[in-house]
Amino acid sequence: MSTFTDPYASSRETTEGKVFSVTGGDWDSLVTEIGETKEERVVVNMGPQHPSTHGVLRLVLELEGETVTELRCGIGYLHTGIEKNTEYRSWTQGVTFVTRMDYLAPLFNETAYCLGVEKLLGITDDVPERASVIRVMMMEFNRISSHMVALGTGALEMGALSPMIFCFREREKVLDVFELIAGLRMNMAYVRPGGVAQDLPAGALAKIRETVKELRRDFKDNDKLLIGNTIWMKRTQGIGYLDLAGCTTLGITGPVLRSTGMPWDLRKMQPYSGYENYDFDVITADTCDVYGRFLIRMTELEQSLRIIEQCADKLEALEGAPVMVADKKIAWPSQLALGGDGLGNSLDHIREIMGTSMESLIHHFKLVTEGFRVPAGQVYSAIESPRGELGVHLVSDGGTRPYRVHFREPSFNNLQATPAMCEGSLIADIIGAVASIDPVLGGVDR
Amino acid sequence: MFGASGTGDTSGYGGLVRSTTSKGSSERPYGSYFDEVADDLERAYPDFSQAIERVVVYRGELTLHVKRENLVDVAMILRDTLLFEVCMGVSGVHYPTDLDRELHAVYHLLSMTHNRRIRLEVSAPDSDPHIPSVVEVWAGNNWNERETFDMFGIIFDGHPGLTRILMPDDWRGHPQRKDYPLGGIPVEYKGATVPPPNERRSYR
Repeated sequence: MSTFTDPYASSRETTEGKVFSVTGGDWDSLVTEIGETKEERVVVNMGPQHPSTHGVLRLVLELEGETVTELRCGIGYLHTGIEKNTEYRSWTQGVTFVTRMDYLAPLFNETAYCLGVEKLLGITDDVPERASVIRVMMMEFNRISSHMVALGTGALEMGALSPMIFCFREREKVLDVFELIAGLRMNMAYVRPGGVAQDLPAGALAKIRETVKELRRDFKDNDKLLIGNTIWMKRTQGIGYLDLAGCTTLGITGPVLRSTGMPWDLRKMQPYSGYENYDFDVITADTCDVYGRFLIRMTELEQSLRIIEQCADKLEALEGAPVMVADKKIAWPSQLALGGDGLGNSLDHIREIMGTSMESLIHHFKLVTEGFRVPAGQVYSAIESPRGELGVHLVSDGGTRPYRVHFREPSFNNLQATPAMCEGSLIADIIGAVASIDPVLGGVDR
Repeated sequence: MFGASGTGDTSGYGGLVRSTTSKGSSERPYGSYFDEVADDLERAYPDFSQAIERVVVYRGELTLHVKRENLVDVAMILRDTLLFEVCMGVSGVHYPTDLDRELHAVYHLLSMTHNRRIRLEVSAPDSDPHIPSVVEVWAGNNWNERETFDMFGIIFDGHPGLTRILMPDDWRGHPQRKDYPLGGIPVEYKGATVPPPNERRSYR
């Protein structure tokens, strides 16, 4: 027994055995003390405040030496009851909630939800083409920004600092585009049932084309840093192995599934928002490991850029077309205007409802306070988010509020694969395996 | 206007009255690949007529309402014979007015082989909230069933470790049931008081 107590690494006896609290400080005293016990098996609690667990994820590891014999995930630290909250708001207000679930892919949450509402309303085919093209373009930009975080933080967690700087530089450019178009950089509530909140501002197309050019040029920096890098390959190749059988039985989708060689991408298999009209490839790898998953993400960036370029061409041809369904009983009445400080009320619209037309005011008031009614029934709408299948199960009782909104979050399902990927591996490889799943805890816990 | 039925009185304060959504069974032909799925299942599962309570086709989606006693058998056949390899999870729905069928569990199935989707719906009464677990059929349903248990109190029999997953272990109640209040406090804003969301007027 050590004779002094270390305030940063104290220990106490419990019914489960000896418990050590490590809060930094002197590791030597801890190592000495653990060495004095006869126990070979050590249970380590990693997270939820650990910087390498990709958010507030808690991992309970059973170790023998440095080998992980058992792993359990603890989640729920970011549970905010979004699904419950949407049941007390109108269908349109739901967008503002769901965009905050997977905060790195807000546009995917919004689009999946809106596609579900439109399906329930039976207006899927009435959504204007320009709105669908804008949705696709925004989603592909969002895929880039999300993959940038996955790649940057993934590399950072494994000790490579430079990729993070480049990835966040690129992400910043994408967020600038979001700011220009939607007024906000994250959680923009831009996609609305029936279309999108507002049309592209003047000069947006030029900015988009410019950004695509810059991104294509700058992605090469990351490729040079990571692809073929011996240290990176040694840290990722053969790590976090999960094959196709494991993926299907665990319900794993997205890059993890595609790293087994299965070309499953909902954009191709079950197209939505007109994805069948775009020319792009589904990227796969056959390594089933962390390296393959990161390679898929890096290659998917180019495919997203290709789609965005096609969107820009389409948008140019569709200049002036509507971005919201023609049915005024569904289309959100308040028009927004983009000012220097973000989105705000459109003065023209305010002038109309306050000064010119009483009917417009009544219409505005009814739709905004009461909302529209959605026929009773249930639907499931699924889209391919950066992390896999994002499904929305919507139940309506015919009222102005959702009866039940359930998000099938890919992060939530994919995180279940952590034990299958990590048990039997070294503790250092867990970081890589979790990073390759790229869970966003806001989406996991909702 | 705006799709209101009845008197059209939307002056508010109707309380949070909810009706159930109960659609009758759909008639054949169901259209799309749904007839083929139903035929295949009928052929592979002799107890089909007794196990499947209703078949609903709505908005281009097929829902099979399955009796809970037969759920695991139907799931096995759907996975092995009809090749619905992936279960996209289960989501609970609480219908307090649907007597003796208050709790519903809805499973979303995907067949990657045939590129098809169907949905299974199982119900259980509030007084006996037991539904057999399908974790042995689709291992990925483990966390999803834990979440549904956590949020709705549906007990999935045969689950390898049915514990709370999102709420703390010692939490009381199941938050997404309709009888569980949303909570919240009134907020004062520019002199007016905004009531918490679950006390605001609801429009019927």
